[in-house]
Amino acid sequence: MSAFWNWYIIALVVANVVGIVWLLLATARRKRGVVEQATTGHIWDEDLQELNNPLPLWWLGLFLISVVFTACYLAFYPGLGSTVGALGWTSNKEVAADLDENRRKLEAVFARFRDQPIEQLERDPQAQTLGHNVFVNNCAACHGSDARGAKGYPNLTDGDWLYGGTPDTVVASIAKGRHGTMPPWAAVLGDQGIEEVANYVLTLSGQNADAALAAAGKARFTATCIACHGPEGKGNPLLGAPNLTDNIWLYGGTLDDIKASIRNGRSGSMPAWENVLGMDRVRLAAAWVLAQAPRAETATAAAPAAGEAGQP
Amino acid sequence: MNHAILEKNIGLMAVLVAVVIAIGGLVEIVPLMFQAQVIDPAPGLKPYPPLELAGRDVYVREGCYNCHSQMIRTLASEVQRYGHYSVAGESVYDRPFQWGSKRTGPDLARVGGRYSDDWQRVHLTNPRDVVPESNMPGFPWLAGNKLSADDITAHMRGLARLGDPYTKADFDGVAAAVEGKTEMDALIAYLQGLGKFGPKETQP
Repeated sequence: MSAFWNWYIIALVVANVVGIVWLLLATARRKRGVVEQATTGHIWDEDLQELNNPLPLWWLGLFLISVVFTACYLAFYPGLGSTVGALGWTSNKEVAADLDENRRKLEAVFARFRDQPIEQLERDPQAQTLGHNVFVNNCAACHGSDARGAKGYPNLTDGDWLYGGTPDTVVASIAKGRHGTMPPWAAVLGDQGIEEVANYVLTLSGQNADAALAAAGKARFTATCIACHGPEGKGNPLLGAPNLTDNIWLYGGTLDDIKASIRNGRSGSMPAWENVLGMDRVRLAAAWVLAQAPRAETATAAAPAAGEAGQP
Repeated sequence: MNHAILEKNIGLMAVLVAVVIAIGGLVEIVPLMFQAQVIDPAPGLKPYPPLELAGRDVYVREGCYNCHSQMIRTLASEVQRYGHYSVAGESVYDRPFQWGSKRTGPDLARVGGRYSDDWQRVHLTNPRDVVPESNMPGFPWLAGNKLSADDITAHMRGLARLGDPYTKADFDGVAAAVEGKTEMDALIAYLQGLGKFGPKETQP
């Protein structure tokens, strides 16, 4: 603030306060004690008169107290031009102090989880509650409040992970974000090629497809698609290329959906949350998400159990 | 001053009443008008690129400010929800500013990058497709309206006259920047740019 505006504000504020006090005292002194002539002297409509009694003392006292309050306020807080006030208060400092206090409280909660591996947080009820809160406040807008996703937004509860389902990869997905890109292939494959490849892709997940088209599509698939989706179409979590054989579809698994994906490509984007949430919340959210999916270890534990059951 | 003079001269009284009322504004508003001219742009802040500028026009035209503010106040609860509080330097190229005064929906000052472009497209077309409990109206027609490079150039010329530092290259690039784009694309570009130049801070 320039010196001119500083003094401009100071002058107006001080003149205002002084002027009010002067007005109050001047009018109060003149009328006090003159009881017999307590009207303004005006007479309207034959007999209407206006009383002009002095201000009650208690009212005068309250007003003067408020003037004293003003003086104290301006001394302690910013208000008089660019003076900062004796307390040095600013809204920035206040919010920083409030956040520090929150941080201290949260630190007490988060500190307990910081050194625990994600696997342990998956079994900790308090961590799960906190992780669920983080999820519904930040992640549910895309993945849904039940984490089952929507078209274009992965279902997190099906155990199928585009980028891998280990704690490390899930934490990385949340913290750093992901950008899944499938290029458009219309120019390379042409309409006929798209029809063939789409039919072949249908057969990968065991769906009904035109056998002749699918057979023709296999060669094109091998030439074009295996770099990302792998020779067997099982995908590649390092690239986020989906497994095409599991009949789980991010953008729909009908022939038309698949043709649209091949023709126009797809671009999925998960924002990076590390700077928004901080790593403590990211890890809690990851733990909650992982707890929603069928657990890899239970799956492997279930397999031998089934094998045993099959033995005589 | 004698009461009688004031009460018998209604013109004089009107003038003095106006003076008394004006003092508050003279102290609290007038200095800020002059102060606003010397605010430095936030680090890295540039005038809106053509596509974002067009999106900003759509934002204003559709009345988004009626439900969305773009002003994160210096309160712990707001900083924790939306990010670092807004600072004056972020708004120097906003004419008029979109701080808003009412929040039916959330604050948008730092919404850029928080959702993907696809999410914004789906959400603007029909918000309930991604947020079932939302009461925001859909804006599906935006996807059918093409942008006019001439309109945007004229708008940029007006802003340049007001002091926004647009360069000749900026003007030359308008046609290419909005070629084939819809109002939906423009609004998404604008939303994704919100808060880009604000102070960065990890949430506590």
